[in-house]
Amino acid sequence: MREFASEVPAAPPQEHGRGRSIVITSGKGGVGKTTTTANLGAALAARGARVVMIDADVGLRNLDIVLGLESRVRYHLLDVLEERVELDDALVRDKRSELLFLLAAAQAREKEDVDTAQMTALVERLRERFDYVLIDSPAGIEVGFRNAIAGADEALIVCMPEVSSVRDADRVVGLLPPAMRPQLIVNRVRPHLVRKGKMLSVDDVNAILRLPLLGVIVDEPAVITATNRGEPVALDASSQTGSAFRAIAARLAGEDVAAPAPREAGVLAKLGALFRGRR
Amino acid sequence: MFDFFARLFRGEPSGAKAKERLRLVLLSDHLALAPDVVESLRRDLLDVISRYVEVDVDNVDVTFEQREHEVAMLANVPILSVRNGRAHSAPAPRTPLAPAPSLAAEAPSLAPLEESFWTEPVAEPAPAAAAAAVDALAETDRAPAETHGSPAEMDGLPLADAAVVAGAAPKPTRPRRRRRRRTGTMPPPPGTGEQRWGNSAPP
Amino acid sequence: MSARRIVLTSGKGGVGKTTTTANVGAALAQRGHRVVLVDADIGLRNLDLVLGVEKRIVFDLVEVVEGRCQLRQALIRDKRFETLAILPAAQTRDKEAVTEEQMARVAEELAATADFVLIDSPAGIEHGFRNAVAAATEAIVVTTPEVSSIRDADRVIGKLNERALPYRLIVNRVRADMVRSGDMMSVDDVCDILSSELLGIVPDDEEIIDTTNRGEPVVLAEASRLGAIYDKIARRLEGELVPFTRLDEPGLFGRLFAAFKAS
Repeated sequence: MREFASEVPAAPPQEHGRGRSIVITSGKGGVGKTTTTANLGAALAARGARVVMIDADVGLRNLDIVLGLESRVRYHLLDVLEERVELDDALVRDKRSELLFLLAAAQAREKEDVDTAQMTALVERLRERFDYVLIDSPAGIEVGFRNAIAGADEALIVCMPEVSSVRDADRVVGLLPPAMRPQLIVNRVRPHLVRKGKMLSVDDVNAILRLPLLGVIVDEPAVITATNRGEPVALDASSQTGSAFRAIAARLAGEDVAAPAPREAGVLAKLGALFRGRR
Repeated sequence: MFDFFARLFRGEPSGAKAKERLRLVLLSDHLALAPDVVESLRRDLLDVISRYVEVDVDNVDVTFEQREHEVAMLANVPILSVRNGRAHSAPAPRTPLAPAPSLAAEAPSLAPLEESFWTEPVAEPAPAAAAAAVDALAETDRAPAETHGSPAEMDGLPLADAAVVAGAAPKPTRPRRRRRRRTGTMPPPPGTGEQRWGNSAPP
Repeated sequence: MSARRIVLTSGKGGVGKTTTTANVGAALAQRGHRVVLVDADIGLRNLDLVLGVEKRIVFDLVEVVEGRCQLRQALIRDKRFETLAILPAAQTRDKEAVTEEQMARVAEELAATADFVLIDSPAGIEHGFRNAVAAATEAIVVTTPEVSSIRDADRVIGKLNERALPYRLIVNRVRADMVRSGDMMSVDDVCDILSSELLGIVPDDEEIIDTTNRGEPVVLAEASRLGAIYDKIARRLEGELVPFTRLDEPGLFGRLFAAFKAS
């Protein structure tokens, strides 16, 4: 049934060379890794990059459903690693963009089934054909996490301004090879709580983690409704969260993007200072 | 009020959309997670079809496909010839459920916890502010991770995991009932006819 | 006396297992029960932090299991609740350091002198989850009314069914305003999809963020809405039939839409 046959782009012209492989991880679950992977992918593709996203959460796949692609998944990561199907058969093209592809996780398998060496080889293969290979890591620091970082050159740490999340992020940073140069995304910030002193500020978080700050994302109900519909919020022009993801994509691509104009005084106003002289 | 009209024109509220998508995805997930049931279904299907036509058993293909608004079963059954109303042979016997291995009772010696633990007075420092606490944590938590020792014994793997990995022994499936709250008590053994697929939402 | 041994699990991370374990445990202790909370998230421990006892950790679960200390040395008695104790996880190890048999043994020993043993499971369905479940005879599945959590809760329920472990559901972080506007699934929707009996409905409340930061269970606060809700959950665990505080009835638009769809 080739109704949704993916038209995977042919090998790219060599002006860019190999694509970048980036793992999105956190330690703590539920802080927004999958949402970040999906939205970063959508935002990068909207800028014209060829992007493939790999869901490494074997057994608990969710990247597909967050993107609204759950009905198009036929084959998954293990089908490819175990050579039951061709890579092109397993890659699912996004509904909206021709440049965005998904390699889904297996639902009925276990994380231990993934062979690290094969995973690394797969990521290498994908780097030949895509500008960005984004790997959505599962929660935790066990075998699922270890497989997700295999083959990744760079890491994005997603962290909420909340004690458990910061603690777990710190643990994860300690486990990453230093060459990965992890960068930080602080997610689900509620500026009014920060101002009241009831939530850690971005400064508090980064005083512990001491990582280059790639972006700050404010908590918004729009993210929930977007996930309900299976549409990345990064494509919603009216969403503050969406614009934060678009800014992150731009910075990842090397642009020097200032923080968005603050709608709330206080914590967001400080962001300008945080981003200036970032590189 | 404006919001109300905006939503009216936008169509279905996202919560309802989410519920519908979940219904389908879970149906699909359950099918993916129960290859034994799919196999039984396939066998039974062939038995019934074979009463009317002779089928090329080795080239039968039964799959489940999730589409935008439904999950469908697709059966591709090559037919060799037509029978003249003669009954087919008895259905293949189901493989019996393997008994669940009991957790080994090799207890490492553990000193008992006495009543006095609860009645002694408690000792103490005061909790610290969040940021300072996390600060202190950063010091202890970044201790070099020890390489973990010998991997846990896998022999004592409970039935569930063995079945998921090897697809060998069939597992009890979850009986699904419409709209009744489950207490989660032990599901009936397979083959009692209590299993139904999916959780089709009422219209 | 032998305690009830309940694992709190979810599949999805970040839905509130640890917060729920801490607060339900505190609520039960406040009602006079002897409660032991076990943090089974080895390597990423957080139960200690949420309860504010992180500075009092001397020994942990792994050291108990390896025989390097006694249970009573590792257990931390809470100073606010006489009958509440915590067994912290190790931080510099990982989940493969402990086997299911060892977990079950520890839980049995704890159960001998307690009324409730609550085991805080890590996210996922791998080794750590299996360990946590091995220690229990019943389960509480925690989910939020969001697509990914429900899907993962469903997976976990499948695993619990395989082990014939009875379970009930807590739906956490319900946002009544969003349910009324149709932008979030209702608690009924969630129970329908998961075919599960409900133990509790917990609203999304900023109070939790603050109390977690300070390491204080919310039942300690006077006149706390969340505190009252956790108390109700504790009462239901005791067997009392307590009516649910319904936060989320679909608003006008939701009802119109449902009527339209039905016709």
